[in-house]
Amino acid sequence: MSKMINLTINGIAVSIEQSKTVLEAAEKLNITIPVLCYHKDLCIAGNCRVCVVEQIGSQKLIPACATPVFEGMEIQTNSLVVRNSRKHIIELLLSEHNADCTKCYKNGSCELQELASEYKITNSDFIDLVPLKNYKYDDLSPSIIKDDSKCIRCQRCVRTCNEIQHLSALEVAYKGDHMKISTFAEKPMNDVVCSNCGQCIIHCPTGALVEKNYIEEVWDALGDPNKHVVVQTAPAVRVGLGEEFESKSGDRVTGKMVAALKRLGFDSVLDTDFSADLTIMEEGTELLTRLKQALVDGDKKVQLPMFTSCSPGWIKFVEHTFPEYLNNLSTCKSPQQMFGALAKTYYAQKRSIPAENIVSVSVMPCTAKKFEANRPEMRDSGYQDVDYVLTTRELAIMIKQAGIEFNNLEQDNFDKLMGNSTGAAVIFGATGGVMEAALRTAYEIVTGREVPFKNLEILPVRGIEGIKEASILIENPVDDWKFLDGVELKCAIAHGLENAHQLMTNLKNGKSEYHFVEIMACPGGCLGGGGQPIPTSPEIRKKRMEAIYAEDGAMPLRKSHENPEIVQIYKEFLDKPLGHKSHKLLHTHYTPRERY
Amino acid sequence: MGKKQLRRVDLIFANDDDYLQILKKSLDIPTEEIINEMINSGLKGRGGAGFPTGLKWKLTGESKGKQKYIICNADEGEPGTFKDREILTQVPYKVLTGMAVAAKVAGATKGYIYLRGEYRFLVPLLNKEIEKFHVLCKDAGLDFKVEIFLGSGAYICGEESALMESMEGKRGEPRNKPPYPTEVGYMGKPTVINNVETLAHTFTILKYGAKKFRDLGVQDSRGSKLFSVSGDTPIPGIYELELGMTVQDFVDDFSDGDCKAVQVGGASGFLVPRKRFAETNIGYQGKLTGISLPTGGSMMLFNSSRSMFNVLDNYLDFFQEESCGQCTPCRVGCQQLVKGIEAVKRGDKPASYLDKLLKLTDTMKYTAKCGLGQSVANSFQSIVENFREEMIY
Ligand SMILES: Cc1cc2nc3c(=O)[nH]c(=O)nc-3n(C[C@H](O)[C@H](O)[C@H](O)COP(=O)(O)O)c2cc1C
Ligand code: SF4
Ligand code: SF4
Ligand code: SF4
Ligand code: SF4
Ligand code: FES
Repeated sequence: MSKMINLTINGIAVSIEQSKTVLEAAEKLNITIPVLCYHKDLCIAGNCRVCVVEQIGSQKLIPACATPVFEGMEIQTNSLVVRNSRKHIIELLLSEHNADCTKCYKNGSCELQELASEYKITNSDFIDLVPLKNYKYDDLSPSIIKDDSKCIRCQRCVRTCNEIQHLSALEVAYKGDHMKISTFAEKPMNDVVCSNCGQCIIHCPTGALVEKNYIEEVWDALGDPNKHVVVQTAPAVRVGLGEEFESKSGDRVTGKMVAALKRLGFDSVLDTDFSADLTIMEEGTELLTRLKQALVDGDKKVQLPMFTSCSPGWIKFVEHTFPEYLNNLSTCKSPQQMFGALAKTYYAQKRSIPAENIVSVSVMPCTAKKFEANRPEMRDSGYQDVDYVLTTRELAIMIKQAGIEFNNLEQDNFDKLMGNSTGAAVIFGATGGVMEAALRTAYEIVTGREVPFKNLEILPVRGIEGIKEASILIENPVDDWKFLDGVELKCAIAHGLENAHQLMTNLKNGKSEYHFVEIMACPGGCLGGGGQPIPTSPEIRKKRMEAIYAEDGAMPLRKSHENPEIVQIYKEFLDKPLGHKSHKLLHTHYTPRERY
Repeated sequence: MGKKQLRRVDLIFANDDDYLQILKKSLDIPTEEIINEMINSGLKGRGGAGFPTGLKWKLTGESKGKQKYIICNADEGEPGTFKDREILTQVPYKVLTGMAVAAKVAGATKGYIYLRGEYRFLVPLLNKEIEKFHVLCKDAGLDFKVEIFLGSGAYICGEESALMESMEGKRGEPRNKPPYPTEVGYMGKPTVINNVETLAHTFTILKYGAKKFRDLGVQDSRGSKLFSVSGDTPIPGIYELELGMTVQDFVDDFSDGDCKAVQVGGASGFLVPRKRFAETNIGYQGKLTGISLPTGGSMMLFNSSRSMFNVLDNYLDFFQEESCGQCTPCRVGCQQLVKGIEAVKRGDKPASYLDKLLKLTDTMKYTAKCGLGQSVANSFQSIVENFREEMIY
């Protein structure tokens, strides 16, 4: 254990480990110090200065977030000079800020607004600097809106994109009064090396970075009597949505979410988990086929390892930064897009609804899925396969707008036909989940036996470690897969693009060798996605992860190939995994992109 | 009353041909003794914060770490100053000697001269000098190599931690302190960073001993210092003067006969009005110049035809532009100050608005992240308080 340091804050004694900060010491005493540039996920910047406190004996105030404690330190967090300085700083931020809160998307959930309200900044007579600025507004991306007039230059987004996502799509540009957050050559967000992951959005304290919302479009569809509106919900949404309604993080609200969607007027409330199960069938088969081609046929063109392709942020990352690995990506569409393609074909036929009358909506923990739905390749049904993508946050907004008291709802069940799923699908929401689900099915196909893990819980692939490695030995396979006898299937898992970058670099340098690699663009996997409730933090992601695995444990079926609706769709429509129809509807290709 | 003559000193630019011996001799002195000499000399940093040089070397020596660095700060960004350039041109070996001795004391094997981009033309000359120096070090048994690093041009990169960030290939933004460079510097390693002039002074101390240096100056301001004299003076230029002189003595020597105020220490320094000339000492401890003398040791004289509003407006404009922009009090504070005094001048804001701005500069002093934002209050407060009427009418 590291050395303990004794100090006082507002006269109250506290002791805390060496190397902790004044802010952390205050937290221990339940003393709140306001922060803006500080975020638990990121390295410390100490640039907003709202966290300044008085350190007795020092002529200057010190930033609580960036100052390590030392023995005998005396801190005052609410002295006159602290209050006056803090108020000045908030006033200064507002003087550069286009503070039309009532018209702002973040109204009611903005950290700057909250501070302004706490400090009652009602009579600031500083000069309004906004008219002197040439603030840019960029809404050209289908995922993200960047509004410089709402930016307080805390650089949380810059640190996020650099430290967590390795892309540095957002950077600080210029200096002095011109200093701003910018992309390369001030290009629009959709023209730069941005994965659309939305991590910058969930780390931005203000309305400067927000998702492009499709709330009105969805309301319009719901209000149109000629449209049949179907909705699919991703696995991670059900473990996050509750946070928007003040329940504890980690509460599972699947049944209430379904009930709320029905009340909103969706004609059919279905589950992305269904197509996650389908993904396992397709992707598992693809992996085994690739292994066969490589190991038995000696086909040099077959690329291994095979990478998962469910995370559109990861896909765009590869397209920009490792285009030479595009053929390693599984050709499977993401579950969202498989669902979309089937909604306007299989579902339309079975329900006898003309495809042009179907509006297909998805609720995702993700902003990259908005971009994905807009890709020109994603029209294999003959229409845009997914019409509108809503984030978890947008769904919460709609529920509130509709006057639904979420917490008092009775639980309801998904509708039939693409609404059934297994525990293997729900764990898609956590890092390692796709791997675990794939192994549960692939191992059984190959050996005829269940994976050799208690309760089907493949613990080595679970957890929050940035890069995980696991291997599974294949013994006594069934006849079709005899060539895999004794093969040790090597797997790796990474989440967050910085970790993905490291894993890729190791692969490229020949430092590691795998057969199958799962990568999710967001920290923790989709449960920490850029469309999830704000705030986020390591603790919150941990809670959501526990909820995901609890949801899996509670499902009657835990293996994708046992989902009866999956069995049915292959029998009635798709024929077999990687079959002709699958190929047309469920698989795709990728595009190399510039890196700037 | 007879005019007191200023004590001009001629140490820094004196061309000593015994460089080789001084370097050899100094490297033979035990580390502890060198530290004591430096501390006894009273030498304080000539680049900004006025930190005792001996103590800085000692602290870096005591910091844990195998790899340590010595950096010579030659970014010289203060407008109108070029004393560091002159030192590097005329007596570069003094600076290198200082670096070598610092390296020995701190236990560093690698040094850098962070050279202002505009001084690129000095590179061939310096490289030749460095080559010679490497041979001498090797002969003297010191494993120490010096390299030139060309600066990027932003004023803020002269601030030590921003300088290190820029050397590491990052954006030149000041870091949080603590930790200080003596513990966590360039590449996260313990680093001595000294101004060019500071290092040149160490040569004087090494050659003549601490006493000779200490005999110059007063109390906490020992030795001599280079000043860049400009403004309403018939004899602008660089002068080496003893610290501790009064502004009155200085004005007697340099003014054109009509001087209403002197700006001591450039834009980040203080304005001294005529009524305070006699009681203000120029140094680290002067009544008004309670803080260190900022970089250039710039001294600007103003005669009665000068508008102090324009003077302040120019300074503030400089800060508004040269702030790195990362921290709120400095980035937005500077903009508010410029726009604010202009609004008062135009009559768009009442004269009492100046008091709000004065309070704002207090906040900037207490809360800004680095010396730039913290010192804007110096010129603002000393000009507005002494020339309030010029701000309004
Ligand atoms: C805005 C700003 C600019 C600075 N520019 C310089 C500079 O150009 N040269 C310099 O030696 N020190 C400069 N400094 C001071 C350095 O941060 C640092 O204190 C100095 O290099 C330490 O050396 P010394 O102890 O020898 O003075 C600047 C400081 C600030 C806050
Ligand atoms: S970003 Fe926050 S403070 Fe700014 S307008 Fe929006 S809600 Fe108001
Ligand atoms: S966009 Fe948001 S996170 Fe980025 S600097 Fe501006 S306010 Fe901070
Ligand atoms: S969406 Fe992701 S990749 Fe794009 S700028 Fe934000 S953090 Fe970076
Ligand atoms: S005080 Fe000014 S120059 Fe220094 S860190 Fe803050 S914004 Fe940058
Ligand atoms: S929260 Fe500490 S400086 Fe921004």
